[in-house]
Amino acid sequence: MKFALFAGCTVPAKLKQYESSSRAVLENLGLELVDIKEFNCCGYPLRNIDLGLSVLSAARNLALAEKEHLNILVLCKCGFGMFKKAEHCLREDSSLRQRINNTLNEEGLEFRGDIETRHLLSVLYHDVGLEAIKEKVIRPYRDIRIATHYGCHALRPSEIVDFDDPNNPSIFDELVESTGAESISWRSRLDCCGAPLLGINDDLSVDLAQKKLLDAKQSGAHYLCNACPYCHIQFDTVQKTISSDQGGNHDLPSILYPQLLGLSLGIDGETLGLSMNQIDITAIERFLS
Amino acid sequence: MAYHVSLYISLAVLIVGLAYKTSAWFFRRISVDSKNIPTSKRVSSAIRGIILTILSPKLLTLAKVFLLDCVLQRKLLRESFRRWLAHTLIYWAFTLLLLMHALDTFVTSAIFPDYYPTINPFMFLRDVFGALVLVGICIALYRRLAMKSSRVKTSPMDWYALILLAVVIISGIFLEGAKIGSYSIYKQMVSDYAGLEEQEQDFKALTAFWVEEFGTVAPDLEEPFDVNLVESGRRIHQTSCADCHSRPQWAFAGYATAAAFKGAAVAMDRAGMHIFFRYIHFLACFIGLAYLPFSKFFHILTSPLSLLVNSVMDKRHSEPANIATRQAIEIDACMHCGQCTARCSVGIVFDEVQNVNILPSERMQSLKRVAFGKRVAKEESELISDGTYLCTNCHRCTDVCPAGINLEDLWFSMRESLLQKDYPVFSILSPLSFHRGLMRQTVSESDYQKPINRAKEAIAAGPELIKNRDKPLALPSPDRELQGHLFLSNQGDTFSACFGCQTCTNVCPVVANYENPQDVLGLLPHQIMHAAGLGIKDLTLGSNMLWDCVTCYQCQEQCPQGVKVTEVFYELKNLAISNVAEKGIR
Ligand code: HEC
Repeated sequence: MKFALFAGCTVPAKLKQYESSSRAVLENLGLELVDIKEFNCCGYPLRNIDLGLSVLSAARNLALAEKEHLNILVLCKCGFGMFKKAEHCLREDSSLRQRINNTLNEEGLEFRGDIETRHLLSVLYHDVGLEAIKEKVIRPYRDIRIATHYGCHALRPSEIVDFDDPNNPSIFDELVESTGAESISWRSRLDCCGAPLLGINDDLSVDLAQKKLLDAKQSGAHYLCNACPYCHIQFDTVQKTISSDQGGNHDLPSILYPQLLGLSLGIDGETLGLSMNQIDITAIERFLS
Repeated sequence: MAYHVSLYISLAVLIVGLAYKTSAWFFRRISVDSKNIPTSKRVSSAIRGIILTILSPKLLTLAKVFLLDCVLQRKLLRESFRRWLAHTLIYWAFTLLLLMHALDTFVTSAIFPDYYPTINPFMFLRDVFGALVLVGICIALYRRLAMKSSRVKTSPMDWYALILLAVVIISGIFLEGAKIGSYSIYKQMVSDYAGLEEQEQDFKALTAFWVEEFGTVAPDLEEPFDVNLVESGRRIHQTSCADCHSRPQWAFAGYATAAAFKGAAVAMDRAGMHIFFRYIHFLACFIGLAYLPFSKFFHILTSPLSLLVNSVMDKRHSEPANIATRQAIEIDACMHCGQCTARCSVGIVFDEVQNVNILPSERMQSLKRVAFGKRVAKEESELISDGTYLCTNCHRCTDVCPAGINLEDLWFSMRESLLQKDYPVFSILSPLSFHRGLMRQTVSESDYQKPINRAKEAIAAGPELIKNRDKPLALPSPDRELQGHLFLSNQGDTFSACFGCQTCTNVCPVVANYENPQDVLGLLPHQIMHAAGLGIKDLTLGSNMLWDCVTCYQCQEQCPQGVKVTEVFYELKNLAISNVAEKGIR
């Protein structure tokens, strides 16, 4: 299995451990990743400003991957949602597609729509499979309770992203449980992390994050688990600044899924970048058998 | 005389230029907080910083960076072998030419006491180095001319630099060629070193030899020469000239030029072409020297400096005064190579929005103008602000910059300064602001909030109807234009299926976050859908709700009528921005 890895902008700049841990885990599970240097912004941050621009950005990435005949594996849920949205727009609106292809043609590119965009979690769940993962888990977790954060842009709008059942999703929980951990059920697990508003309305953004953190904590979670840079930064970097601003300490550390999985696959903490998380998660190794 | 006068003038300009440029590093201000740091503080911090660094283990880092990045140019190599080759050829060969040839009295003669420019290996090496520089220039010219991407620009400055270099080398080769063929220099040399004025036969013999073997072009000679004549010329040559002269064929470029102009050599000599080329050669060098601090050649000094400084500094630990100074150095270190733009994550946006300030290499030119205190008209300033905000902070420009400039930091400082101007920058209302949100602690509270409010207020200033909430609305006739606009994504027009059940509002986490949501948000999601149905533009575009939407899609997912609420919001946001900023983002 071979994918073009789309790390996007935020991961390489602010969350290198997500990329390194994903690479390590995927390699361990026998996947091949191809890097396309010319990839650009996925388009997501431009949507508020100009939908056409965001679709153009996304389309260029899709066209680059098409040129290599590779499906795209996206680490970020917002980027994943954006690609899905762009594919949808380009499929439905032939005049938009024409316009965008005219621009892309100048670089010798064309969007044809014959590859698939996948998120890391769906690749692990559907392409690798739970059985294959379980076989590779050599140090399963014991007695650890994980709260999964699904991330809005992977789940919804379901008719476009087609990731999982939008009202009762399970793939993330099953993936977490394949490591031996317990995935708890909690009320606000499908809610937003607040990251899209960071920098626009910080108070609201932080309110939303805090509500979720409190709920997860009260539901008995030891760790919050993410598979999106925005969500993770919100629950890690931003949570840390809230805690220090307010002097309180309701830390609920957040771990990236490939970090969680990687440890149980026997990959070392340094490769997984455990120490790069802002809120210390190294104690999680205690739960490994 | 003319030579010395022009040399001293150019040296004087060079020194004054360097002094001015270097001093500017301590008073030029880019970031908002650097405005409060006096020049004296910056000088003293810099001195302290340098001393502390040199006395610390960081010295090793500096040595490593100097070798790998400054000397071997590893960053450039990682990006493109061809560019690395071109640059290395120019950089190394020119440096060697400078040391061995231009500064021969100080360098080469000091190392090799019997140095003459006309003996090997020096004569040969001079041409080798010159040819290598020319090859490098050709690759660079080719790259600039054959560049596929319309985004990477070549400015007049880039051309000047390449052309000046080419003139220096080519005039040197022509000078050499003219000298090799020159009969007047030959005669002068003979009278200086052989003293054959009285012995006509010997003079003939030596001339025959030099014409045969050294490319001299003498008038009125009967060729072919007698073998014995040439042989006796060779003997005179051995005693009088051979100590200082290798065969000029070794100077292959000059010799080839001489051979090419052989037919015209006598006339050229009479016209004094070698003097002419000598002037061109020297003048080009002196112009280059004087121009250095003001041209892209300045990067010869500043790029290594930027690489070194950046290897031992970071925003968190270094003194703000030193960061301010570093940023002033960095804008001098950019040589406009375009690598940042070639790898820019939003470069594609430029294809649609023709604002060069989106492209980092061009934005840098604007930054230079702003930082150098040039007057910038408001309209232009707005363009710069817009372009500067269109950045995902992906750090790629910084990673690939061969001068090691911390571009991301520089953009942040530049952006924050520009955001304090009195016009709105609408892209601030997009997730592009995520980075700014994370950097919040580095900005003062009011500086942070003001530009966000300014953008929101500018958008809200238009819609009138939404302001008087107490009075009932007299329904205007539906705004068809508004409704017509909501077809962008094929889903915007779904608003018309809304029957006002309020599910969207009930599941909205933003609405749920407030006790009196309408006070904060204006219209709520179902009301906005309804207003869109009625075609009331003011109501749909004027609500805070649009900008406070987290885009979690709960509303859209739960809508029993298939109204794509979040998509409609997106399109309304696009519309609101394009209404206030004439052409959307410019
Ligand atoms: C002491 C060393 C020395 C001796 C001896 C000497 N030359 Fe030269 N010659 C030079 C130098 C140095 C130059 C280059 C001058 C310049 O670049 O302006 C030169 C230049 C020339 C040139 C012009 C071509 C060129 O390559 O620059 C000719 C022709 C020439 N010499 C002929 C002779 C002849 C003939 C003799 C013997 C009678 C002779 N030289 C002896 C040092 C010498």
